[in-house]
Formats: sequence, structure tokens, C-alpha cells
Amino acid sequence: MSKFKNKKGGELPAVNTASLPDIVFMLLFFFMVVTVLRKNDLLVKNELPKADQIEKLQKDVAVFVYAGKPSARYESQYGTEGKIQIGDKYTDIKNLKPVLEEKRQALPPILQSKIMVALKVDKETNTGIVTDIKQTLRELNMLKIIYITAPGSELEN
Amino acid sequence: MARRSTPEVNAGSMADIAFLLLIFFLVTTTIEKDKGIARQLPPIEPPTEKPPIIKEKNLFIVNVNKEDQLLVEEKLMDIKNLRQAAIDFLDNGGAISGSPEYCSYCKGSRDKASSDNPGKAVISVQNDRLTSYSMYITVQNELVAAYNFLRNRESQRKFGWKFTDIKAGIASGDIDEDDADKYKPKLEEIQELFPLLLSEAEPKKSGS
Repeated sequence: MSKFKNKKGGELPAVNTASLPDIVFMLLFFFMVVTVLRKNDLLVKNELPKADQIEKLQKDVAVFVYAGKPSARYESQYGTEGKIQIGDKYTDIKNLKPVLEEKRQALPPILQSKIMVALKVDKETNTGIVTDIKQTLRELNMLKIIYITAPGSELEN
Repeated sequence: MARRSTPEVNAGSMADIAFLLLIFFLVTTTIEKDKGIARQLPPIEPPTEKPPIIKEKNLFIVNVNKEDQLLVEEKLMDIKNLRQAAIDFLDNGGAISGSPEYCSYCKGSRDKASSDNPGKAVISVQNDRLTSYSMYITVQNELVAAYNFLRNRESQRKFGWKFTDIKAGIASGDIDEDDADKYKPKLEEIQELFPLLLSEAEPKKSGS
């Protein structure tokens, strides 16, 4: 009677995991390619406003300027007044000129005239601070700017 | 001497190593999406130079106050209507037919009290220091949209393609360099038909 009984019992065969490393490697390479390691820590709140009439930023000539109120963990130290951040530290409006000049000098000489300042400003900031930055940029003769925005309809702002 | 076959490397832990790396990159990844509204700032003029005189009818004044309210040509306006208002102003072409300023490609209402031609029409944005940045960007976006709309219309009519599509194509490299060189004079031609004349007044102190 037990002649036809399956000798192995009802156990399921183990799933073949030989191709698992290949799948994981594929994912790994994807993320390695798209990864851009963050250069600077954000010290300011940075929620960008939305816009749809946008152009792409050329990254090789860009200098990033962040502005907004200090992020929550720095609030007790620096208050809630809008601040400017370049690199990974706060910059006063008076120090903006030398700091930006330094950034320009850091670019390769052929690209220095093409410098573009990318403004990443929090949407709750007052435009006053942006105007101050723009005035400084005019004095430095860095006339190409780009307001970095988030994709979306501007009417949702 | 008998040749000893090299023992096979145990690849069992390969998956673990790969997983570790994968998780590292997953965590550190920020997929960059830096796009925005590009703008050229005006150079600082020497104080001796007199600013050019612009006729009032060629000036479209957009005023934003600290409550983020919009005053366009001295009338309160909703942000939704700004784009159309700017298009109407730029496309007006009020100069009379036959005069050197006559705009042959304008399709507007040809109102004599509004702008002569797009080459003369200047949009002036004035904002308060306390205007929120999101409102500022929204206004800029709407005005750029008005220009893009008109430029697209003209390039569509003349060459059969959209100005913004070709410009984005060149920027992203989808159009190769030989073609890009062919497109460039045409792009400039369209830009000349509707030059981006956006002026920004020095913002007023808050409350004034």
C-alpha cells in the first residue's frame, strides 16, 4: 500500500537562489549610477516653490546658494530669521561677496565667465533676502542666475 | 606531477556583499532634479547714464504687496489671469499699420492705449521685501509662460516646431550638435520677435 508513497514526503523543494546576486547587482549598479553624493549639509529649511516653465541646470558651472529660515534643529541657536547658506555654513550678507568670489576662483578658468548661480530658496522666505543676494551678484558681475524650483503647477504654491 | 585543480571560490556570500552595497547606495541616493527658471540680471549701470524713457503705454506694471496680492496695471488681479493679461499686452501691436514700429505678426487687439510692439513692451515687476518667495516665483513663472506661449506660436507658424521643445532638446543633448547649430539662428530669430523684457524694480521697504 505504501508502495506509491512519495519518499520525500510533502516538503517543497528549496527555491533556487542562484540568480539572486545577479538581480541585486543589477539594482546596485542602477543606484551607483544615479547616485550623487550630497556635498553639503542643509542648515536651512529648503522647500522649493513649484513652477512649470523650467530649464535644466548645467551643473559644471553652477554655484549653489541656499536661503531660508534655519532648520528645526538649529532654530534655538540661530532664531527663525531667514539666512543664507553657501557650502556647508551660514554666510552673512556682508560676507557674501568674498565667499562667492572664492567659489568663482575655484572653477576652471575657462568656465569662470560662464558661472551660473543657482538659488535654492525656501518658499516661505521673504523676497527681501533674495533681492539682497541678487544685488550682490550684480556687483560681482555674476549675472546668470537660476531659481531652482520643484516640478508642479505654480498655482499650487 | 598531477595537476591539482584550483578549488572553486565560494560565492555564497556574494549576495550579502552586494546587498550591503545596495543598501548603502539606496540610502545615500538623492536623485537630482535641479531645474528652474533661468534669468539674466541687468548689469550695474554707471550712475551718469540716464535710464531710457519708456512710454507708459509700453509698460506693464505688476505690483505684489506684502500680503501676496497682485496689482496689475492698477487693478487687483487673480494670479490665474496674469498669464493671459501678459499675453494680451505683449501681443497687442498697437502701432498703426505702415509705421516702422508696426508689428505684422501680432494677433492682439491692436489697442492704441496698449503696447506698440513686442520689442517695446516692457513688463515691470515690483515687489515688497516681505512678499513670499513662492508668490514671487509664481509671478515670474506666469510671465515667462506668457513669453513662451507667444514664442511657441511664432515658431510653430514659421518653422513648424515649438520653441520650448527645441530649446529643451538642445539643453538635454537629445538634438545632436550639427542640428543644434542649424536651429540656433532660428531660435534667435524667434527670440528677437518676442524679446524677454522683464524689468525688476528695486523693492520698496515693507509697509510703504
